[in-house]
Amino acid sequence: MKEWPLWEVFIRSQHGLAHKHVGSLHAPDAELAVKNARDVYTRRNEGVSIWVVKAADITASSPGDKEALFEPANSKVYRHPTFFPMPDEVKHI
Amino acid sequence: MSAAQLELLLRLGDNALVLAQRLSEWCGKGPVLEEDLATTNTALDLIGQARLWFGYAGELEGKGRDEDALAYRRDAHQFRNVLLVEQPNGHYGDTIARQFYFDAFHLPLLRALSASSNARIAEIAAKSAKEAAYHLERSTDWVIRLGDGTEESHRRMQQSVDDLWMYTGEFFDADAVDREMTAAGIAPDPAALREPWLAMVRKVFAEATLAVPGEAWMQRGGKQGVHTEQLGFLLAEMQYLQRAYPDAKW
Repeated sequence: MKEWPLWEVFIRSQHGLAHKHVGSLHAPDAELAVKNARDVYTRRNEGVSIWVVKAADITASSPGDKEALFEPANSKVYRHPTFFPMPDEVKHI
Repeated sequence: MSAAQLELLLRLGDNALVLAQRLSEWCGKGPVLEEDLATTNTALDLIGQARLWFGYAGELEGKGRDEDALAYRRDAHQFRNVLLVEQPNGHYGDTIARQFYFDAFHLPLLRALSASSNARIAEIAAKSAKEAAYHLERSTDWVIRLGDGTEESHRRMQQSVDDLWMYTGEFFDADAVDREMTAAGIAPDPAALREPWLAMVRKVFAEATLAVPGEAWMQRGGKQGVHTEQLGFLLAEMQYLQRAYPDAKW
């Protein structure tokens, strides 16, 4: 259906983790996009929560701005918290 | 084991199996990829349910028939599904109408069976009810969107629900099998499921701007093994391999 909007799908695989982008699909509205996402992306027990966002509503950075946006951070190693010992029990950091 | 209990299990299993086979016919031909997957997902749920009902039926019968023997080695007149589920897919609106009428009946039936005095039946029904709840949500969504969609989708959806209406009456007929099961507390009285079903149909059709078909002559007989011509063709395809090559293994 050409006129159906495209939706980006985000799935949270388990409690405590963040939603992760898994792909996109077409659906006539948000409610059916969630149901379609359930059928397309969680058939093998992949998730506990689904978000859908209209692809058209996402504002993305432009690849052409890469240098200005990201390169200045390259030379600033002191922003990496690599100098702190982390306890082994702390996960997902 | 009573003969009525075996009949009950076959009715439940055959409803699931025959509808699953119909839905499987959409595989690779769905109107869009998302619907193709959703429809065949529903089919897989129903096949899973059929396996549970047949597995138990075979055990109860004690004649060595397993789920495959029950699915592939019976003729049309030995099937006990309601006539609705064997009706052809038609266009997608027809499939949705058939699914909605069935789901709106299936869910309350399974919920009632979850309180069956037979623990095994209660267990299978409780598991199946979770799947049926999702099926009903989905078919409801589509009835509303197609009914309250464009002028053409509305006209076609109204035609679909009108055409299939005559196959919904037998859901609620009680015969000797039903009466025995109801008396034993194993299954609900089919007649008691009619009002909740009608209420659901009215509510959803109101939102879908569809007219609820009025009093009409109802087709009956599926539960007793008297089927429409459609079932034979369906079984010919479904059973072909086991009929042509008995006991063939994958």
